[in-house]
Amino acid sequence: MRKIHVKVNGRDFEHEVEPRMLLVHYLRETLNLTGTMVGCNTSNCGACTVLMDGESVKSCTVLAVQADGREITTVQGLAENGNWHPMQTAFHEQHGLQCGYCTPGMIMASISLLQENPEPTEEEIREGLEGNYCRCTGYENIVKAVQQAAGQTG
Amino acid sequence: MGGGVPRKEDPALVTGQGTYTDNMKLPGMLHIALLRSPFAHAKITHIDVSAAREQPSVVAAFTGEDLADEWAIPIPCAWQVADDLKTPDHWPVAKDEVHHVGDAVAVVVASDRYAAQDALEHIDVDYEPLDVVTDMEEALKEDTPLVHEDLGTNAAFTWPLEVGDIDDAFSKADVVVKQRFIQQRLIPNAIEPRAVVAQPDPVNGGVTIFSATQIPHFLKEVLALTNGIPENKIRAVAPDVGGGFGAKLNVYAEEILAVALARRLDVPVKFVEDRTENYQATIHGRDQIQDVELAATSEGRILGMKVDIKSDMGAYLQLGSPLIPLLGAFMYCGVYTFGAYSFKCTGVFTNKTPTDAYRGAGRPESAFAIERMVDLLALELDMSPVEVRRKNFYEPFDQPTDTPAGLQYDSMNIQPNLERAIELAEYEDLLAEQKRRRENNDPVQLGIGFSTYTEICGLAPTQITVNVFGGAGLWEMATVRMLGSGKVEVVTGTSPHGQGHETSWSQIAADALGVTPNDVEVIHGDTDSAPHGRDTYGSRSVALGGVAVHVAAERVVDKAKKIAAHMLEASEDDIEFEGGTFSVAGSPDQNVTMVDVSGAAWAANDLPEGMEPGLTADYFYNPTNFVFPFGTHICVVEVDTETGKVTVQKYVAVDDCGPVVNPTIVDGQVQGGIAQGLAQALYEEAIYDEDGNLVTGSMVDYMIPGAPEIPHMTLDRTVTPSPTNPLGIKGVGEAGTIGAPQAAINAVVDALSHLGIKHIDMPASPMRVWEAIQAAKNGGDA
Repeated sequence: MRKIHVKVNGRDFEHEVEPRMLLVHYLRETLNLTGTMVGCNTSNCGACTVLMDGESVKSCTVLAVQADGREITTVQGLAENGNWHPMQTAFHEQHGLQCGYCTPGMIMASISLLQENPEPTEEEIREGLEGNYCRCTGYENIVKAVQQAAGQTG
Repeated sequence: MGGGVPRKEDPALVTGQGTYTDNMKLPGMLHIALLRSPFAHAKITHIDVSAAREQPSVVAAFTGEDLADEWAIPIPCAWQVADDLKTPDHWPVAKDEVHHVGDAVAVVVASDRYAAQDALEHIDVDYEPLDVVTDMEEALKEDTPLVHEDLGTNAAFTWPLEVGDIDDAFSKADVVVKQRFIQQRLIPNAIEPRAVVAQPDPVNGGVTIFSATQIPHFLKEVLALTNGIPENKIRAVAPDVGGGFGAKLNVYAEEILAVALARRLDVPVKFVEDRTENYQATIHGRDQIQDVELAATSEGRILGMKVDIKSDMGAYLQLGSPLIPLLGAFMYCGVYTFGAYSFKCTGVFTNKTPTDAYRGAGRPESAFAIERMVDLLALELDMSPVEVRRKNFYEPFDQPTDTPAGLQYDSMNIQPNLERAIELAEYEDLLAEQKRRRENNDPVQLGIGFSTYTEICGLAPTQITVNVFGGAGLWEMATVRMLGSGKVEVVTGTSPHGQGHETSWSQIAADALGVTPNDVEVIHGDTDSAPHGRDTYGSRSVALGGVAVHVAAERVVDKAKKIAAHMLEASEDDIEFEGGTFSVAGSPDQNVTMVDVSGAAWAANDLPEGMEPGLTADYFYNPTNFVFPFGTHICVVEVDTETGKVTVQKYVAVDDCGPVVNPTIVDGQVQGGIAQGLAQALYEEAIYDEDGNLVTGSMVDYMIPGAPEIPHMTLDRTVTPSPTNPLGIKGVGEAGTIGAPQAAINAVVDALSHLGIKHIDMPASPMRVWEAIQAAKNGGDA
């Protein structure tokens, strides 16, 4: 077992974990932050995407011990005082979700995309989200949601 | 109704507060891990779980023999589709023989999921491999290995249909087009893997099961049979479910097993599949070989059609396996009227994962076949594919109309629908561009593909299904109750998993009752609070469930009107209802609101003579027919003739599902459906090797499309009401998946037909396309 200190959604945590424990399981099972989802076991689907020190990572491909000393933001850490992040609002207003299972990861990846590229073209949005699968929406309204959050629709 | 009301489902989901089954943690809950066969066909000659039992955190471990007494009946198939149907025994954990890679052979129960997984490595199993059958045509030959020795054959069933004089039609034909199509096996890939939590009731001997299922009502009924539990001691709950697409329209080994283990160990147990298990142990879609012939005149009028399909059931029959290819049996004639039709389906067992419903479930297969045949006919006669279609369309109708296959479609008006799609696609400009590129021998060619489709949904009119498919009881129901405060509760028997029923049913009820959608709560998915229903699949929910909500709400208004008349001391005939208020005709200031009426109904001290208290109504809807949405999809592709790469340049879809409750939600369903249809056409294929190993065993090798692979879609709609129900409404959830694949393949072939290419099988991968081009250059067939 190894002791880790992690800040998640602004709160500090200290736990003993097995070295092989995945970050996504640490978040879901140990911290009860079940907003981050598991969709595959090969790092393809992106449902587990979170921000680690501001960078988007697939938390199924990060060990909990690798998060020691880092700051994690999950979908459950986005709203401030009950006010949604503009990306959450955009997904809702543009009908960018149906079953919602890919949505937390998709929102985190989209936030990261706009941080790196604040004015993406449609093609850049699609390429930028290639690591996040959605089976429900066909991506049409996910693209519109990101465009809204980027201030491109009105 | 008719407004794109933002979804009520969203606030929980965008903030990470969905209640998906794997999120559940119950006190004392244990975790299940399954050991699965690495062989496609083998005898289990020796199995020993004793070492696994000794592992840290392991509470129990069982073989199939250990659990044999838990099962009252094998895992059932619900559809007795033919007298010759063969149903192999299918146990939640295999006892002495395994029949596909992924067939479970042992189970471990532990206090944490990592420990459960670890313990599997301490199970000792010896297998004696048996001959494997993976090819359907081989499977049907004499002297071929049998998937199930005791059945004596690999043929699961045969199901024929003949309408009209087929020999006459073919003898009169000027041209007969023949083609074989392969409907490749697909893996549904809902992003949420299957998960189940079973919680025993130690006092009454019953159980509560939480499952990522599309069918909590069926689950409850089946568990009563498989586990021998009285039906009224089972509660089944579908919490938030992360997509289904038919793959969660089933009762699985792990659900039956979790219930048995929870009761045996007296503790809640959870099973969650990982994606690799999902690929092996969750049902697959499609997998047919279709041999199709079309007889026509030299003017392009279709005279008759013959369809002969083999459908791969896989190793076992799951809940609906034999029904799926037959759902398409009546739809191979598509949107065309002609005189004679014959169909034959042979179901075939192979040593692969069982197949069952996957979005479209039999109808993508039929729409693909007829739409490809019509294009082939057009090629043969050197006619425009649009002209051939127009020649064979039905004249518009709005009442039940006979079809070549013997069913009656409800309504259709496809001509203006096609025109709208042609206009949106800017077809004339595309033809000009295609011509220019051909003349210049441009290495990147342009193809335009049409798909004019219809489909059969709104499952199901019981009088028809019981005769034709051997199954019954697919009605739907709703309860609408207005509480004393004027707030409304709608109880629905549908089970949404992304389709937004809470929002749409709120709109339907609000319209009827004169309240706002925010005044309505929709209750679903829990057999305790929504005890009656037939769940969600087959594009049935709005056409049956939405209609039930509407009629139940009208029944509430009927009763309210009587109470209002009594309160206003007027005759019921003089009462008008508008905007939630009842008033006396001609005296609008003499009025009472719905809230006033509801208060009176529940207080019950001054009601009309003989009237019962309360303001609630049920409606059980038994539809008399299916509903038949239709539409036109136009797909424009660029094909790079040097690499074989296909890129979709433009996708236009004009779909007609009758009046629409929530256009945003409907468009979303079409977009998602088209994405899966294009995925079948261009990207996906589940591949087995000859030993029955699933070669495309994970998302690394099985290509589900990401955002870059799916094009922008231009959608529009026409509105042709159905005479089948009072809302005139048709289903649409699967329409996109049914309309799209042939639009794409027709486009790819259209891009290359000047090279002599007539057909390319799905998926039209770069390799397949490139090989077809090479073969055509060398003068052979692809």
